[in-house]
Amino acid sequence: METEPSTFTVLDLIDLDLKEQNSLDLKCVAGRSGLGRQITVPDFNRPGLALAGFFESFAWDKLQIFGRGETAYLVKLEQENSHESVDRLFSYSIPCCIFTNSLLPSKSFLDAAESSSCPVLSTPLSSSEFSSRILRILYEIFAPKTTMHGVLVEVFGIGILLIGDSGVGKSETALELIERGHRLVADDVVEIRCVNGSVLMGQGANKMIGHHMEIRGLGIINITHLFGVGAIRDKKQVQLVCQLEDWNPEKVYDRIGMDELTCEILGVKVPKLEIPVKPGRNIPIIVETAAMNERLKKMGYHSAKEFNQNIVRWLESENERTLYFSRDDY
Amino acid sequence: MIELETTIKNRAGIHARPSALIAQTAVKYSSRIFLEKAGNKINAKSIMGIITLAASFGSVIKITAEGPDEQAAAEAIKALFDSGFNEELG
Repeated sequence: METEPSTFTVLDLIDLDLKEQNSLDLKCVAGRSGLGRQITVPDFNRPGLALAGFFESFAWDKLQIFGRGETAYLVKLEQENSHESVDRLFSYSIPCCIFTNSLLPSKSFLDAAESSSCPVLSTPLSSSEFSSRILRILYEIFAPKTTMHGVLVEVFGIGILLIGDSGVGKSETALELIERGHRLVADDVVEIRCVNGSVLMGQGANKMIGHHMEIRGLGIINITHLFGVGAIRDKKQVQLVCQLEDWNPEKVYDRIGMDELTCEILGVKVPKLEIPVKPGRNIPIIVETAAMNERLKKMGYHSAKEFNQNIVRWLESENERTLYFSRDDY
Repeated sequence: MIELETTIKNRAGIHARPSALIAQTAVKYSSRIFLEKAGNKINAKSIMGIITLAASFGSVIKITAEGPDEQAAAEAIKALFDSGFNEELG
């Protein structure tokens, strides 16, 4: 369980629950006492220059990746009996050393790591594969994040975040959507990360809660068990925000759909709809239609704009006809 | 806006029942009420949200309330925490 959201240690890195193509397959081979060291920069360094004795601008705060080249150089240093650069490397508080291609350093290197409590990890992946995976994973972990009160559902492939005051019917709307074959991503507390500066990824804030929902009058229900694995999803991009609110007779609601409201989350603008809730209005169907309309817009067809253009064209032609028929010289 | 701080006094921490008690109390007030633990801020009117805090015995919780009845709301929530939700105290 993470205690402080902002700290990420080497142990957390080994502990990450990653699936096949993301798996880092890390094993700790030495320096267990340093597993609590923090990773503060989402980047790595190849310590070739440092091993050769050049420590100027040495990026000691990054993960140090040892590939075939670095390991071969370590062997050469060992043969020449020169331990100076390795000792100097461990005098820095580096987060950890990672050996790729299942390579292992010599006993003396491991001893040096052990005595300075610097974790040494090993992975069977090749250096290039490992570097691209670790960067992707670290960027996701270090991405700016926020939590929002709402329900994240996937409707016709569009990630929709339902927000609104307590008791307005977010969970009930989501339940009806699930019943209609759509998917639940997270209920109540949605953790949103801004990936690559433009994509908002939403997921449940807590693994423990999983895909449970709280429905007033029913209590806590397990969506996976009730509706099957087809009804859930682990994460989804937030592509549309639907704000449910009690119908306010004084407020002017959008009747045409030409002006587009947006909502800013972590500096990214997301299209937003304000949906007034009133007895007799079937909100799930409105949300479903909003999702399809959003897909149409993404494909380049904007219902409201297209409709208006047709009207403008028709009015123009009518205008020309009247002008033509009312000419005096006819 | 009013801010109060409290610690979890019941041994079991905030599991489903205490979190339901908090949410039920919170919805009686029209103010916006939040609970915060270690930088995680959630809506006190949401049961799942409160459980997400993973507030175990001894955790420090900050209660914030904002609205017309903020004082009464924050105090009522704090009183709940202080009573240990009528459970075994640690």
